[in-house]
Amino acid sequence: MNSAFIDFMRIRFLTMLAYRVNYYSGILIYTLNIGVYYFTWQAIYGSSGEIGGFTAAQMTTYVAVSWMARAFYFNNLDREIAADIRDGSIAIQFIRPINYVMVKMMQGLGEGIFRFLLLMIPGMIIAILLFPVELPTAPSAWIGFLVMLFFSFIINSQINVITGLAAFFVENNEGMMRMKRVVVDLFSGLIIPISLYPDWLSTIMKVLPFQAITYLPGSVFTGRVEGTGIWSVLGIQVLWFVLLLIPMVLIWRQARKRLFVQGG
Amino acid sequence: MYYMGLIWEYLKNYMKTRLTYRADFWVEIISDLLFQATNLIFIFVVFRHTDNLGGWSEAEVLFVYGYFMVPYGIFSCFINLWGFSERYIVKGEMDRILTRPAHNLFQILLENVDPPSLVGSFIGLIIMTISGAEMGLVLEWWHIPALIILALSSVLIYAGIYTTLTSLSFYSDAPTGILPLMYNIQGYGRYPVTIYNRAIQVLLTWVIPFAFVGIYPAALFLDRAEMHRMALLTPVMGLLFATIGLTLWNFGVKRYRGAGS
Repeated sequence: MNSAFIDFMRIRFLTMLAYRVNYYSGILIYTLNIGVYYFTWQAIYGSSGEIGGFTAAQMTTYVAVSWMARAFYFNNLDREIAADIRDGSIAIQFIRPINYVMVKMMQGLGEGIFRFLLLMIPGMIIAILLFPVELPTAPSAWIGFLVMLFFSFIINSQINVITGLAAFFVENNEGMMRMKRVVVDLFSGLIIPISLYPDWLSTIMKVLPFQAITYLPGSVFTGRVEGTGIWSVLGIQVLWFVLLLIPMVLIWRQARKRLFVQGG
Repeated sequence: MYYMGLIWEYLKNYMKTRLTYRADFWVEIISDLLFQATNLIFIFVVFRHTDNLGGWSEAEVLFVYGYFMVPYGIFSCFINLWGFSERYIVKGEMDRILTRPAHNLFQILLENVDPPSLVGSFIGLIIMTISGAEMGLVLEWWHIPALIILALSSVLIYAGIYTTLTSLSFYSDAPTGILPLMYNIQGYGRYPVTIYNRAIQVLLTWVIPFAFVGIYPAALFLDRAEMHRMALLTPVMGLLFATIGLTLWNFGVKRYRGAGS
């Protein structure tokens, strides 16, 4: 049973490895995105020393690590699930003796491992060479960041699975998926760190799961959260991981009862 | 005249297919605008913490962004070459195109028109009007013809760059990733180029001239004397890049021999 899941992960990893050349341009795209935000922040910091609790150096590091983390945790599980539902191949998944959602999560993990080794790490090295990124010195920051990065991936994948499964309930969830992408990029703190938003907005963002994807691990990496503080931000991530399991399971149960394949 | 008739026929066809799926139409418009909203939110939030971006005020940066949206909307509507390689070369649809009398690129562009993108251009005009009013910019008679000429020139720059890159698919099966790469570079044109370092400024001005789809032409309306020369150069660059794009495209088509299936 378990070895089947490992195989799903392995196969996805190997498939992506076979087409690795197609993904290399991704490294450049992420570097370009870091570039445009790096220069914009440089221009903004020109006159002031600290904005929203970030120094200019911390902001550079934050931008670089956030985008490169996205290179790792990003996946299209939502689109894959929605496509399976729309073309009806989900029916085949139902008769298999293994849980479909788990299969998708494991495939996502296979993709994540590929992205971590072949996109995020080389990308981070390029970013360090191009921009004045300050790497953390404390071992606790490194360990904390890596553990939290794994949870970023899980939470982002959970949100993707939930969005994808929504295709069971609405015939076309394209709009939902696009909206989710914008919400994740904005509310996770990728585009702007959460502490820079107006107070009322950052208060809302702090009670939503998205900050656990980028803002919290980024805060550990830039050294804005250190020591025992790492445990509490990690706790927020674990809490969201558990809380997001509830809608996942509920939607999946409901969905199986109302499968309706169009045409065919 | 023949071509005008074709445009009309293609648009009629487009409307017929689109009206079948009305909900998707709105979803597409709204989600397109959401992506633009991300950049606007960035500008709004950033200016809560500073009063200028490399010497440009919030209203000026917004105005530039508004201008940036205008040619981009027109470009996305009429020049939609995403997936050209898969659809026309790999699947062999290029053969069908080439057996017809109208120019091949013209047919391909018309088959892929996307009028909902024009909504972005309208929003861009609204942003320009609001931020212009905030700066006390008075509408003068020459603003309107200038805007039309500059926006069309910016569209020509996009057209030139994207047809050049798409024509690469006549030579190689897998130019994957170049178009998304360009898409990300063009985002650099929405901010004052002076915030970038020298190398990037030269790149954005002369090599991949995305500074001419945003900041340079917009500067003309903002009375930014330092960029007036660049703004006036926009039509020249537009014609130059469109010519390069079309030439390379025609050259590529001659080399096309079909997927052979």
